[in-house]
Amino acid sequence: MAYDSFHILKSTAVPLPIENVDTDQIIPARFLKATERKGFGDNLFRDWRYNQDNTPKKEFVLNNSQFKGKILVGGHNFGSGSSREHAAWAVYDYGFRCVVSSFFADIFKNNCLNIGVLPVQVSSEFLTTIFETVEENPDTELQIDLPQQKIQLISMGASESFEINTYKKNNMLNGYDDIDYLHSIKEDIIAFAANTPL
Amino acid sequence: MKKTLFDKVWDSHIVKSIEEGPDVLFIDRHMVHEVTSPVAFLGLKNRGISVLHPEKTFATADHNTPTLNQHLPVADPLSRNQLKALEENAKEHGISYWGLGHQKNGIVHVVGPEYGITQPGATIVCGDSHTSTHGAFGAIAFGIGTSEVEMVLATQCIMQPKPKKMRITIDGNLNHGVTPKDVALFIISQLTTSGATGYFVEYAGEVFRTLSMEGRMTVCNLSIEMGARGGMIAPDEKTFAYIKDREFTPKGSAWEKAMGYWNTLYTDEGAVFDKEFIFDGSEIDPMITFGTNPGMGMSITKAIPKAEEIQGSAATYAKSLEYMGYHEGEKMIGKPIDYVFIGSCTNGRIEDFRAFAQIVKGHKRAPNVTAWLVPGSHKVLNSIKEEGLLEIFESAGFQLREPGCSACLAMNDDKIPAGKYAVSTSNRNFEGRQGPGARTLLASPLVAAAAAITGKITDPRTLI
Ligand code: SF4
Repeated sequence: MAYDSFHILKSTAVPLPIENVDTDQIIPARFLKATERKGFGDNLFRDWRYNQDNTPKKEFVLNNSQFKGKILVGGHNFGSGSSREHAAWAVYDYGFRCVVSSFFADIFKNNCLNIGVLPVQVSSEFLTTIFETVEENPDTELQIDLPQQKIQLISMGASESFEINTYKKNNMLNGYDDIDYLHSIKEDIIAFAANTPL
Repeated sequence: MKKTLFDKVWDSHIVKSIEEGPDVLFIDRHMVHEVTSPVAFLGLKNRGISVLHPEKTFATADHNTPTLNQHLPVADPLSRNQLKALEENAKEHGISYWGLGHQKNGIVHVVGPEYGITQPGATIVCGDSHTSTHGAFGAIAFGIGTSEVEMVLATQCIMQPKPKKMRITIDGNLNHGVTPKDVALFIISQLTTSGATGYFVEYAGEVFRTLSMEGRMTVCNLSIEMGARGGMIAPDEKTFAYIKDREFTPKGSAWEKAMGYWNTLYTDEGAVFDKEFIFDGSEIDPMITFGTNPGMGMSITKAIPKAEEIQGSAATYAKSLEYMGYHEGEKMIGKPIDYVFIGSCTNGRIEDFRAFAQIVKGHKRAPNVTAWLVPGSHKVLNSIKEEGLLEIFESAGFQLREPGCSACLAMNDDKIPAGKYAVSTSNRNFEGRQGPGARTLLASPLVAAAAAITGKITDPRTLI
């Protein structure tokens, strides 16, 4: 099933300068009981966002109306832990289309790419610059240019290039997913399956 | 060309390599559970396609199941709905399904090996990150997201770039009271939670060769906690003896043929790894974690490190200790605890319950401790009864529950209350992992047992 295509995204950003943000924080397990992909955004960062009595925690960034936008900026090793794609769904469903960090956990990164959220890995220096600039001025805009593989702090002009493999880039640009591709090579798969030893 | 064990298995499963892109990898075994599969099955329905290889797909219910009164209808309507969805999807697509109450039911990574679904040289995936457990048999096994679950259901393939290769070698002898869990927690504390991200790990050396299959599973299980895609150990006589005659392993001439392949599964002398670590087994102590990720572990005898002694941000470290209610420089020994959880795909196998019994035998549960003993499967549960461990547990004041993931991820009712301390044999001590506000201390079954009878953190070596 195809998803939204991604070309150039220009947006303000939400800063979350915490390291090792794990998928249990992004979406706690008790919210994984759905059988459809709906409503996960409401529980994004649930326990950091709300008190036990469901009142918002004022100090958490998602409850600070100064910060909004389609880009989430997280600390080093973002998305570690469980394979739950629900974490990527929650990020998407909340309205983010891009996550920026200096390092991503593997499975989370794959999950993002598979649903059309672009993970952008930058250097730790650039990450610090983004945090500082955005925190000082929440209206700071970032531009994520997928065709050019470039991330830019628009007002400052500071930019960095980022990596993405050509296949995944193409998928993101066109909104294709892997199953579309795998179906196109179905004959090869069937031939391979006939010869597997196990 | 000299190949590593990982190369041999990966390369022989490549259907196609895409230039500057991922490999298309054929998957031999796909394990499915109720939480990460419903949206994948829904995707198949929307595309109007069915499961390509139902005979390579195995479903079990575990994440969201109660561990008491499994014969009664599941009380929580959302959980019930998810279990029902799995049952219906399995039926519709002709997949074997071991639901709640089924004699083969249990945690997906415990039942896979028990019934011989897990085999050397296979590629195994499941929508759960601890799929790395199956690497203990020399398989390439890793966790996947729901889009990938759908992909494997639809095409029996997955698209992944080939990870880099790491070898962790530990020679020497383990000290008395040091278990496979301690070895794994030790490695993670050395590498940090992201130290192996992008790598697939091979564990080599005397320590791993001498471990039982259960112990190897515990080690491989925890590979993901240092960010690795998975971990594996070359199969040997112990591996073959374990899998022989299990329900899904090949028999007769098919066994001989499979052995032909399995005997090639080792790292060639001189094969190159992208990264190597070497540790000395005799330097490992019983371990415990004090923070909110599995890399924050140390010898149980030590004091919590000062912020300046650790890598990473001081603010994140302070946040973590504040959540735990601990301070830099404090000793862990003697700290009071409230809960003990023994179970999960990390330490919910028979050997773990034997270890627990070894310590609690002849003692009494500490009055301040609530203990949840949750076997990884019905097979484990039955062995606990047959071996007489149940009597030991009961006379020490412990109650045995029914199989499932339970407090490992606390999706069911088994939630540690906010602020309480739980010594847990599971795999993650993230904030809220075992319930909102719960404080988790990861440790071995021996450490858990010592805490369960003393009510505080205790070096198990003082009791054995
Ligand atoms: S026991 Fe925990 S880690 Fe293992 S499969 Fe269940 S939830 Fe996942």
